[in-house]
Amino acid sequence: MLDLTPKGEYERTALRINPCKTCQPVGAMYAALGVHGCMPYSHGSQGCASYHRTFLSRHFKEPAIAATSSFTEGASVFGGGSNLRTGARNVFDVYNPEIIAVHTTCLSETIGDDMNAYIQDLDIPEGKHVIHTNTPSYVGSHINGYFNMMSGFIRYLSAKSEIHNGRVAVFPGFVNPGDMREIRRMAKAMKTPITLFPDTSGVMDAPMTGHFAMYPQGGTPLGDVIGLGDCMKTIALGELTSEEPAIELERKCGVDYDLLPLPIGIDATDRFLMTLAKSFNRDVPYELEEERGQLVDVMLDAHFYLVGKRVAIFGDPDTVIGLTAFALELGLVPAYVLTGTPGERFDRRVKKLLAAAGVDEETVRVKSSGDLFELHQWMMDAPVDLMIGTSYGKQIAKALDVPFVRAGFPILDRYAHPYFPIVGYRGALRLFEQIANAVMDRQDRDCADEDLEVVM
Amino acid sequence: MKTSILEERQKSIGAGGAGRGLSCDQDSVSGSVSQRACVYCGARVVLNPITDAFHIVHGPIGCASYTWDIRGSLTSGSELYRNSFSTDLQERDVVFGGAKKLAAAIEEIVADYAPKLIFVYATCIVGVIGDDVDAVCRDAERRFGIRCIPVKSPGFSGNKSFGYKMACNAIMELILPHRLSEEAYQKEATGVNILGDYNLAGEMWIIENYLREIGVPVHATVTGDASYESLISAPRAALNIVQCAGSMIYLAGRMEEELGVPYERVSFFGVEDTTDSLLRVARRVGGPDAEDRARAFCARRAREIRPVVEAYRPHLEGKRAAIYVGGGFKAISLIRQFQSMGMEPVVVGTQTGRPEDYEVIRSLVGQECVVLDDANPAELETFMKLKGADILVGGVKERPLAYKLGVAFCDHNHERRHALAGFEGVVNFTKEIHDSINSPVWRAIA
Repeated sequence: MLDLTPKGEYERTALRINPCKTCQPVGAMYAALGVHGCMPYSHGSQGCASYHRTFLSRHFKEPAIAATSSFTEGASVFGGGSNLRTGARNVFDVYNPEIIAVHTTCLSETIGDDMNAYIQDLDIPEGKHVIHTNTPSYVGSHINGYFNMMSGFIRYLSAKSEIHNGRVAVFPGFVNPGDMREIRRMAKAMKTPITLFPDTSGVMDAPMTGHFAMYPQGGTPLGDVIGLGDCMKTIALGELTSEEPAIELERKCGVDYDLLPLPIGIDATDRFLMTLAKSFNRDVPYELEEERGQLVDVMLDAHFYLVGKRVAIFGDPDTVIGLTAFALELGLVPAYVLTGTPGERFDRRVKKLLAAAGVDEETVRVKSSGDLFELHQWMMDAPVDLMIGTSYGKQIAKALDVPFVRAGFPILDRYAHPYFPIVGYRGALRLFEQIANAVMDRQDRDCADEDLEVVM
Repeated sequence: MKTSILEERQKSIGAGGAGRGLSCDQDSVSGSVSQRACVYCGARVVLNPITDAFHIVHGPIGCASYTWDIRGSLTSGSELYRNSFSTDLQERDVVFGGAKKLAAAIEEIVADYAPKLIFVYATCIVGVIGDDVDAVCRDAERRFGIRCIPVKSPGFSGNKSFGYKMACNAIMELILPHRLSEEAYQKEATGVNILGDYNLAGEMWIIENYLREIGVPVHATVTGDASYESLISAPRAALNIVQCAGSMIYLAGRMEEELGVPYERVSFFGVEDTTDSLLRVARRVGGPDAEDRARAFCARRAREIRPVVEAYRPHLEGKRAAIYVGGGFKAISLIRQFQSMGMEPVVVGTQTGRPEDYEVIRSLVGQECVVLDDANPAELETFMKLKGADILVGGVKERPLAYKLGVAFCDHNHERRHALAGFEGVVNFTKEIHDSINSPVWRAIA
């Protein structure tokens, strides 16, 4: 497996090998699925919609519904305006959503379709909505697509009325339904009313009922998306994912925002809860303090097994930043920290974390716009004790025989993971268990018979 | 949800028995939640199993990432094809053109590896931004003495079937220089090429073993477990046998016309079709006793698996199956297979079936059976419910849909769990259908 990866430096400027990102539209589709009654709509060739739906289905093991403009030669020459007109009419006629959320593709962007004009010309049924966002696949990654779609919703729909609605808007970042549920659970425990946007819980982790629901019960209600403009403030989680829509909401409706890292690990969760508490002038309830105490208790019990282990962390930028922060809290030593999504801000954020933990940044390879071929090469040169990342790491993990913990997006080769959080103290506890088990299973596997201990 | 069907779609839905032809091979309607993919997807799935080729996807990252190591095609040699290579086009490339980046990417491969064969896939925007992929590839061939073959697969330029065609053209371009003179071909041609099997779960190996067993040599396997060397031996075959006709009938046609290699459609799904196929191959290209050997072989293998299949039969009899697969020929095999298991096909659809496939399908199934082309989830749901299907056979997008409806599922596509071809495949298929239909999980549904 992967025996073609050469050791040492391999100068590449044009060739991408084994990417650690994918394109904008799939992120836009995922964000749109987090609004209740929404039909995501891909304005491009039908392959795009098919790939994105497949990709999401492979991660969530759920149907991912989306419509497509089905571009043909004609559309690529004359523009996709008539495709969108026919498409929107058909979607409303047959699938009857509350809202259609259109995202573009590399093709419709390159031929220069004017989406604002197209949508203005649409015949939209009374009480229904069509919004759009531009998601050129050749800019950024699926993370950009996710936040662009959020901004699109805000730009079209969110409005400020005379009165505050007494809520805080929380943007969860590109995370699983299980994480979104956990954020809502924490807010509920705090008795702090929030609008979570988007919210794919109840959609991409919908229960089995014996019926196929094109629009499952979950998702941020449309009224709440409109009501974002009346929130007291925004807590934007994930600095590289959630800031743009927070800025959009501030610009449009004057809602201030606090920008925080994804609440992964102790410190980041503390910060989230403290911010929430401060916003409502409340205390953190015992329930959550207890969870924090339990987490610290367990970390203390088993710290011996993890301290000093070298770890490679890869995936989406905010997830990787969160995992790196937690790894440092556990005493793991990040050796390689990589995302495929472009943006130097990632490098700066990770280096700041390293500095705060007293780790010499010269000893750690940090890279945005990286790929997994490169990570493999690094790991061949100087091995690690543990990998944390997406399913695409499994080939490297097998080739180099490294313990591997799956976290982030996508995880295509395991089940049930989208139901569980990695955010919050509970999420950290779960991550901790996975990490410790991976390291300790390895120790059991590799140790001499006389060293195998029943009590560890 | 109301069960309405787009008006434009009515023509693509019919019933078993006689009647007007089904409208198919059309582009999908704008705004439908189609299960279909694009030209690029078609080209990519056909060529991807060529194990020792560099497959460079020229375009933004998505097209490369969605097709990275997804086919489940096994290899007995190089693992190269399991890596993802692309030019990951950025905004500046879209503005100034991506041809230079493509040329540089090829150079970077040449600098570090000694490639024999590179495929370059042109995706949606490549033509629009005016990259001359042909010229870049020609230039690379000349400078480096390698084969560098463009695959013209902009997603919008047709449907998935058209992508198969583009892949077939690329294969032709690879093998044409290795054609034999007519004289040499008459004298030397032996055995077969196997077209249209992708070695999912090792199925190509099963078929190869059968042919070896009855004394028929195999040259190229197209494209499951294929390599550069084996592919260029393709012009030496006396016969092409074509399993997945949807993807490969076009190549078979071109090879017949331009290389003089005749072809025979085969199917190795189910006892009946496997036996029939092996007999026909033996008759055409085997030695004097090949047919007898084939008959004896098939009889023995059928006998061996019978007790296993019979043991499952009482648990399957009378169950209703829905079929939604890519090509028409596979749907036909599946209908026969279900019928031989005592099950009744009640919904049959394909993504890319041809009119003649639909004729055969409709002659095989009962009048109660719904036959449909390029179905969307709403239609699949409607008809599966209406017909009370117990299991759906389909691909990745259909799996979660079936499960949500409380219907069992078997992947007969890229994510198949076990080999489904040949006699081994009959056992695996029967077992899989049984395990899914009769799983205790269905009892947990309220």
